[in-house]
Amino acid sequence: MVENIDLSLVDWSRAQFALTAMFHWIFVPLTLGLGFIVAFMETIYVKTGSQEWKRITKFWMNLFGINFAIGVATGIILEFQFGTNWSNYSWFVGDIFGAPLAIEGIMAFFMESTFIAVMFFGWDKVSKKFHLTSTWLTAIGANLSALWILIANAWMQNPVGMKFNPETARNEMVNFWDILFSPTAVNKFLHTTTSGFVLASVFVVGISSWFLLHKRNQLFAKKSIVVGSAFGLIATIMVIFTGDGAAKDIAKHQPMKLAAMEGLYQGESGAPLMIYGFLSGSDEERLKEPSEDNFIVNIPVPGMLSFLANGDFSSYVPGIRDMLYGNEKQGILSFEERIKRGHIAQETLKEFKTAEKNNNTAEYNSLKEKFEDKEWLNTYMKYFGYGTYYDPDPQKLEANVLELVPPVTIAFHSFHIMVGLGTLFVLLFILLLFYTMKNKIENVKWLLWIALWSIPLAYLAQQTGWLVAEVGRQPWVIQDMMNTRMAVSQIETSSVQITFWLFAITFVGLAIAEAKIMLTQIKKGPKEGGQ
Amino acid sequence: MFKKIIKFYIDGFRSMASWGRTLWIIILVKLFILFFIFKLIFFKDTLNTRYDTDSERAEHVIDQITK
Repeated sequence: MVENIDLSLVDWSRAQFALTAMFHWIFVPLTLGLGFIVAFMETIYVKTGSQEWKRITKFWMNLFGINFAIGVATGIILEFQFGTNWSNYSWFVGDIFGAPLAIEGIMAFFMESTFIAVMFFGWDKVSKKFHLTSTWLTAIGANLSALWILIANAWMQNPVGMKFNPETARNEMVNFWDILFSPTAVNKFLHTTTSGFVLASVFVVGISSWFLLHKRNQLFAKKSIVVGSAFGLIATIMVIFTGDGAAKDIAKHQPMKLAAMEGLYQGESGAPLMIYGFLSGSDEERLKEPSEDNFIVNIPVPGMLSFLANGDFSSYVPGIRDMLYGNEKQGILSFEERIKRGHIAQETLKEFKTAEKNNNTAEYNSLKEKFEDKEWLNTYMKYFGYGTYYDPDPQKLEANVLELVPPVTIAFHSFHIMVGLGTLFVLLFILLLFYTMKNKIENVKWLLWIALWSIPLAYLAQQTGWLVAEVGRQPWVIQDMMNTRMAVSQIETSSVQITFWLFAITFVGLAIAEAKIMLTQIKKGPKEGGQ
Repeated sequence: MFKKIIKFYIDGFRSMASWGRTLWIIILVKLFILFFIFKLIFFKDTLNTRYDTDSERAEHVIDQITK
């Protein structure tokens, strides 16, 4: 039950994971996108034989190398944390996570490390075409590495293709292809990687704008802006389409997350999408004191959320209260009922383990059948994770239900900042392309400044995107099956606090090193031969 | 062929710019901190350290996820 769990341990373990994941994600999106941008630039060089394009390619390739070197292996810390801080979770999902992560490890090592060496050491040592192939394979390899970890993350948001084994307490993979091609995984991979392309494009056009503002390397800067803004524009359009797919998937599998993203407390037909808004009061106050209007100020677009969620302007989108207290008309089961069903599933697992210990074969076989019965699995096991919030006292149970609502304010603002910045980048890329093609870009100072200051905004969009994905699904580690309280290891909170601060110090050191080396190389600018 | 590949890497490292060498130092220091300090001292596998068999680990996890 809820009161048996040390919440400070859960919070510190979550904070440590969030710190590591957010730091890791400073480097990954730039690697994903800049790899392709460099490959495009080198392709132009190989096609035209122009030394200017070789110079451009080498400059951006060096920045790619710096980012890659500082970021490499920062993600491995997440895997350390799985085994130490989240051991129950690791055990519970071991077989599902093991395969994608093993493939990622092998692919990342062989593809990236081999071809990156050719990229950096191979100029003038291998043929132009072999070098170009290596550059493309590095870019593709980096994105394929991201595929596997994103598949694992998508499985946590929408667990499919597995079967729970009550004897080992582990989920076992029954269909790899269901996991690989689940719509959640496809959307997550495409949305995340293309958003990385956008960040890299903003990075390229922003730094190129800095050169133009300082009246340095103007030809280099203009050519880089053309590639960066064309690639960025295509990528942003892809982000919009994949974001639409992700929203529909969230509406289907994580309706609470969607309601939190939009601050939708009471469901409605023809639900509006907020362009932006400010929620009134705290998350807790809004839950405990229901109100008709939960916004101080907002700009709604009628019917748009319904369209975004279901492709139909008049469809019903459930709100937070529909899910907490149920909505019979819309066929929504209340969280209280889910908690009771989850409790039954958890009790059944306990009884099964007791029967096994006591060698009670009849009881053991009878309970085991339940874990193989599709109807029982769908009625009870589906809500396994909700059981943690069960309490025989109806008042306490009612209070526990509220703990299943994610932090709405964070989810709402993160979502709207991400979408708003994405829209800004579309305009930015169009304007940059327009003025560069007109050969007037160096005179449009305000646009160059906006492009430069869009670099931190692109990083903000990346981080808020992950906040939507991860904070929006709280308290679930695996949707409906395992919450953070079940997943955390029984270790000392102080040990998690110590490693949190050790990581923070290490990360600050690495970030300073990256910024210093990167800025030095940028200030030097492209030189003959790019070195 | 193998000798050619080794020579390719050696030549590459030899002709590397100074900032490239700095990056390699950072990578090596980082890997040392990650694997020899964090992993060995702070990040032991909780279940593998505390329990000897998979059956004991499963029992512990079931106890934890159903309490």
